[in-house]
Amino acid sequence: MRLRLFKENSNFDFFKHWKMWLGISGLMMVIAFASFMIQGLNFGIDFRGGTTIRTESPLAVNVAEYRGAMETLDLGDITITEVFDPTFRDDQNVAMIRIQAQDEQEAVTVDTIEAVQAALKGVRPDIKFTSVESVGPKVSGELIQTAAIAVVLAIGAVLIYIWLRFEWQFAVGAVLALVHDVLLTIGIFSELQIRFDLAIIAALLTIVGYSLNDTVVVFDRVRENLRKYKKRDLKEVLNLSINETMSRTFMTSVTTLLALIALFVLGGDVIRGFVFAMIWGVIVGTYSSIFVASAALLYLGVKRDWSKPDANAGNQYANIDA
Amino acid sequence: MLQIDLWKRIAIALTCAVGLWLALPNAFYGPVEQHNDAAKAIELSGSTPELEAQLALWPDWMPSGLVNLGLDLRGGAHLLAEVKVQDVYAARMEAQWPEVRDALRSLTPVRRQQSPEDELRVRLNDPDKMAQAMEIVRGLARPVTTLTGAGANDIDVRGEDGMIIVTLSDAEKQATDERTMQQSLEIIRRRIDEVGTREPTIQRQGADRILIQVPGIGSAAELKEIIGTTAQLTFNPVVNRGSDANANPGIGNKLLPSVDEEGAYYIVESAPVVTGEELVDAQPSFDQNGSPAVSFRFNTSGARKFGNYTAENIGAPFAIILDDEVISAPTIQSHIPGGSGIITGNFGVEESTNLAVLLRAGALPAGLDFLEERTIGPELGQDSIDAGKVATIIAFVAVLVFMFLSYGLFGIFANIALIINVGMIFGLLSLVGATLTLPGIAGIVLTVGMAVDANVLIFERIREELKTAKGPARAISLGYEKALSAIVDANITTLITAVILFVMGSGPVRGFAITLGFGIITSVFTAIFVTRLLVVIWFEARRPKTIEV
Repeated sequence: MRLRLFKENSNFDFFKHWKMWLGISGLMMVIAFASFMIQGLNFGIDFRGGTTIRTESPLAVNVAEYRGAMETLDLGDITITEVFDPTFRDDQNVAMIRIQAQDEQEAVTVDTIEAVQAALKGVRPDIKFTSVESVGPKVSGELIQTAAIAVVLAIGAVLIYIWLRFEWQFAVGAVLALVHDVLLTIGIFSELQIRFDLAIIAALLTIVGYSLNDTVVVFDRVRENLRKYKKRDLKEVLNLSINETMSRTFMTSVTTLLALIALFVLGGDVIRGFVFAMIWGVIVGTYSSIFVASAALLYLGVKRDWSKPDANAGNQYANIDA
Repeated sequence: MLQIDLWKRIAIALTCAVGLWLALPNAFYGPVEQHNDAAKAIELSGSTPELEAQLALWPDWMPSGLVNLGLDLRGGAHLLAEVKVQDVYAARMEAQWPEVRDALRSLTPVRRQQSPEDELRVRLNDPDKMAQAMEIVRGLARPVTTLTGAGANDIDVRGEDGMIIVTLSDAEKQATDERTMQQSLEIIRRRIDEVGTREPTIQRQGADRILIQVPGIGSAAELKEIIGTTAQLTFNPVVNRGSDANANPGIGNKLLPSVDEEGAYYIVESAPVVTGEELVDAQPSFDQNGSPAVSFRFNTSGARKFGNYTAENIGAPFAIILDDEVISAPTIQSHIPGGSGIITGNFGVEESTNLAVLLRAGALPAGLDFLEERTIGPELGQDSIDAGKVATIIAFVAVLVFMFLSYGLFGIFANIALIINVGMIFGLLSLVGATLTLPGIAGIVLTVGMAVDANVLIFERIREELKTAKGPARAISLGYEKALSAIVDANITTLITAVILFVMGSGPVRGFAITLGFGIITSVFTAIFVTRLLVVIWFEARRPKTIEV
């Protein structure tokens, strides 16, 4: 007896309310974008400049005490957050201190960091500084620009690739799904105010890759079925294709999620935000390949005349069962 | 139909074996690392019994390439510095002035005027001779020695109400910037090597930036102390000493603060007698009172200049200036012919040692701005490695179990392929000497999850084909053929994003892109070739009438 995540020979109607799903997806995108515009992202120092200091001490973190120690240094905006993690030992109490950028160009000076460390050592002699990172505003501005370019480039490159391999309607559907995933990920980061740094950009691009992976697999089957069932309604063909690929979609999503959840729980706090972005991306990516990409395809319609030999045909067996 | 040629089977098996063979050293990270370090040390400074013992920890005939651990895993310091290339323009103009003055001396007396640092402004006493003077100054120009600036001169000369204005030409500025960057890189490398640390990364980034990563160093502050100072040492004649920070030094002179004496300022001549460039050696030492000092020695031309100057100026003070601060301003007691001397000041032992290192390595041609600095403590790195290891193992086991439950025997085939897959990722990473970062570990875990995708696509397809009852052999073969286009399209799109990440990203993100990219390549290879080979071998041995996937 095998484990089955999705009933075999299923015939679930994914497109019964496809306009509604498309509407909901659109609405979610609007909400995500609004959240991003109103609340904004909680940019890490990579993108905003400033300094983060990670402290570790055998005694419990006392935020007020830490803050008091640094008050006299006149460093502007300081945030102190205690970090909890199941992988920490009992005597491992970690806090992250973030100090805003101090001057125009450079990273924070050695003197400032030394002053902060001395002040903290004053109240907590056994404190250790396990990481100190400082980014000047000049670099952070460039980093954010490069990151934005990278995301746009990735989406553009993929658009072209799918266009070459499929029809333009497929490319538009896939890219809509991508934009949906990226927007929703940015939206949840802004809504939950999770720190958004360089690694999250990597996660975003991976989500782009993953979501595409899913969409392409569905589209590949749609292309095949369109050739096979020339007389059937587009909606029927789409539905059939999704039903046929559903069990694979579930399998892959579950194995990926299994791996990611292990990393989320046990991988330590340093990459938790990164892993969270990817988990979220896998979920919305799976959703969007059906309810955004395929629904968009249904909306746009697609060329049905495959009678001319197609140089892009996936393989020579495509019509063998027809 | 279900056939794989013998040579293909051998090729697939060999590829896997080579991948795993290359990955093997990483399973014995500690000993192999010691072996590699010892091998390097022996090559550099000869063998000792101790080094031989370390060398013996890992056999020579085995591969010894390791995956480098990134700073976030090993701990260390990272700095991104911007070289202030404009600094050099000012020095160039400073050197141009005596040349211009001497060239025009026979024509008309000239006076230097206040100007921006990267310009030289000269007023003629006799404005009527402007045209002639410009001609002479233009004659001082030298052709620029670059590939692109062929035909260009190093200076631009223009006239403006009785003044001659000299600036560096654009071609010369470019050439100068290039030289400044090369020198800065070289000097930073020398300084870090002097301190002796393992595998530092010193890279140029873009037009005027340098990325420095040093594993194992305590903090970025420490690193900055070594490379942050220009260490521009000069010996200048002293004009005056005072306590007014706003005193007007007069043209051709400059006002500099004293390091030791609070509130003391020296007015010195801008043009130095000798500079640190003419030093051949500098060592930490002690002065006659037993306090730390730095002794130095000039090369022949430096020694001659220094000797002549001291002979002519007995009784006058001269200033020893380091990075625009007066370290000390002794009075010349006697002629110093040998070209060696000692710098005393308010040093500690550590400071005098550092100063000697800096002077030996040479001065940076221009100052540095630090745009980004990161220190990762070794404990945090170790914590991350430990957490990453546990998470990877759990993720791995979870996926293996899940695959077995879903696909039975075929799941086991996929699992064997998955294990080979991870081994091959490490093999590839070791082969290219890539750096493993924390996001890189996440990339591997993600690959573990996604690598099964290709197999899942194939197995699901075989299941479907089985329903149309064409017999197991045909179903398997069709499953592979029909799944191929989906596998290729899906993985190429992911590969595109990995490549973009690699090109655009830096540091840890790049590490992630590398593992993700390699993971895609190896997972497609293992799915299409390795599991297929396993399935075919099994099928040939058993010839089952029916199969269950």
